[in-house]
Amino acid sequence: MNVLNFVSDFFSDSAHWQGYDGIPTRLSEHLGYTLEALAFAAAIGLPVGLITGHYGRGGNALSLIATAARALPTFGLLVLMTMLIGFGMLPVMIPLVTLAVPPILITTYEAMRSVDPSPVDAARGMGMAETRILLQVELPAALPLILGGLRSAAIQIVSTATIAAYVSLGGLGRYIIDGLYQRDYEKVVGGASLTAGMALATLAVFWAITKVAVSPGVRRSA
Amino acid sequence: MAVDRLSLEIPDRSITVLVGPSGCGKTTTLRMINRMVEPSEGTILIDGVDSRRQPVNILRRSMGYVIQNAGLFQHRTIIDNIATVPRLLGWSKDKSRARARELMERVGLDASLAKRYPYQLSGGQQQRVGVARALAADPPVLLMDEPFSAVDPVVRKGLQDELLRIQEELGKTIVFVTHDIDEAVKIGTMVAVLRTGGRLAQFAPPAELLSSPADAFVEDFLGADRGIRRLSFFSSAGLDLLTAPIVAVDATAQQIAARADAGAPYLLVTDVDGKPLGWSEPDRLTAGRIDRGRLLSHGRPFVAGQESLRAALDCAVLSPTGWAVAVDGEGRAAGVVSQQAIGDAIRGAHEDSVSPPKALR
Repeated sequence: MNVLNFVSDFFSDSAHWQGYDGIPTRLSEHLGYTLEALAFAAAIGLPVGLITGHYGRGGNALSLIATAARALPTFGLLVLMTMLIGFGMLPVMIPLVTLAVPPILITTYEAMRSVDPSPVDAARGMGMAETRILLQVELPAALPLILGGLRSAAIQIVSTATIAAYVSLGGLGRYIIDGLYQRDYEKVVGGASLTAGMALATLAVFWAITKVAVSPGVRRSA
Repeated sequence: MAVDRLSLEIPDRSITVLVGPSGCGKTTTLRMINRMVEPSEGTILIDGVDSRRQPVNILRRSMGYVIQNAGLFQHRTIIDNIATVPRLLGWSKDKSRARARELMERVGLDASLAKRYPYQLSGGQQQRVGVARALAADPPVLLMDEPFSAVDPVVRKGLQDELLRIQEELGKTIVFVTHDIDEAVKIGTMVAVLRTGGRLAQFAPPAELLSSPADAFVEDFLGADRGIRRLSFFSSAGLDLLTAPIVAVDATAQQIAARADAGAPYLLVTDVDGKPLGWSEPDRLTAGRIDRGRLLSHGRPFVAGQESLRAALDCAVLSPTGWAVAVDGEGRAAGVVSQQAIGDAIRGAHEDSVSPPKALR
């Protein structure tokens, strides 16, 4: 089959494995964009979600903001930001972070709301301070859902970070965009399958994180 | 308004039960003690000191808190759940865990459960963990909010007995909320009956509550058979037990004949160890050939002296002969007693314990 031939040709060509346009370089660039965007999104989404979820207020405002953010077309935002700010990392990060914040924010909020209220009541009655209740009682119980939100955000970033190539940056999108311009479909398919592979790897990473970070008591009873 | 002008003095080192219909403010009252709910007016004094004088979390750490579904931390092992308050108080991990192990034993939890997670335990076991966690820092006060409501009746009875046993050993000041009047009467040293709107209807020891309810509301809340239930407070020690109408299964003809006119229409047959087997009419017994299968069932015997008149009466009512069988601690027949004799004992007990009703004075 054609596509499979493309894939095997792409990966068996030794030229694709070295230099500034080699697979290792593009992969690590892509990984860098993903981690950076995910870190920013988590830095915004997690604290806001945890705190609003803990106090149970602001849920409506949150879902409004999240829906609005989801309605923004990522590609449109990229072009707009590039026109406003110019070329660089920032106009790429803004749409990626905008894309990733809503799932993190909403799932974190919902995860905190869905925590069984009786251990929280018991903790408060035993004299635990609110911060401790949030971090030591609610967060461990909400962790599986929160990690789920981070996972879907991460996967969306991995697949969308290809747009960085549109504004002259690197990453796996380079293969897709250059390939399209050069009518080099082997390259396009190669880039696409690398992106898909990285998304699957992200799934695997989150599965491992969940295994390690979530208490067996929560995993089994949830 | 949930609680209105409630004034209550809770005695030290005893169990005070707050009981009432739902919406009577009993939980609110309990939660005001550890300031989970702040009263809009009035004060709560603990050993004469206003509870608002110290930081709220310090106050709460000085009181054990047990809630309905135990409220265990599902992500922590049983031992770490129990060690929560010691850890909050800054004890080392080892010391907290050693203390937790001690408490597991005290509340009757097997040491093998220490490393389990809450989901691996039954409801009753989880509730024991809840009690152990509340006791971990040895607080003088224990607040219990319907702790046993969510478990089945058999487990609940076990937990109640266990609580009474622990209380006998530790002598805490316990405030216990329940909607179950039977539970209140069983475990309370003092019972406060609240009516809707958070007003105190009556505050009395359980026996007094059953014998002289303050008004129609309390009487209604106590239910129809409060007279029978009150008998649980009278010991069966005063009953005159007859030992004559008892024959062993290997009795001789003379023995059977001698006991036939011992004052009871039936004879209780026991095995050679003295454990009751069943009743029979004297003339149906033949020496040496007593057929166990043809004896009348003796029902559930009561332990003489240990169980109450309520248990004795229950035995007599359930017995096909109308006579109750008393046994000693080892289950050997200690005597038999008729419904009539139990009735006399009940009347006697009432005369001894209750001052004449006010109207008759």
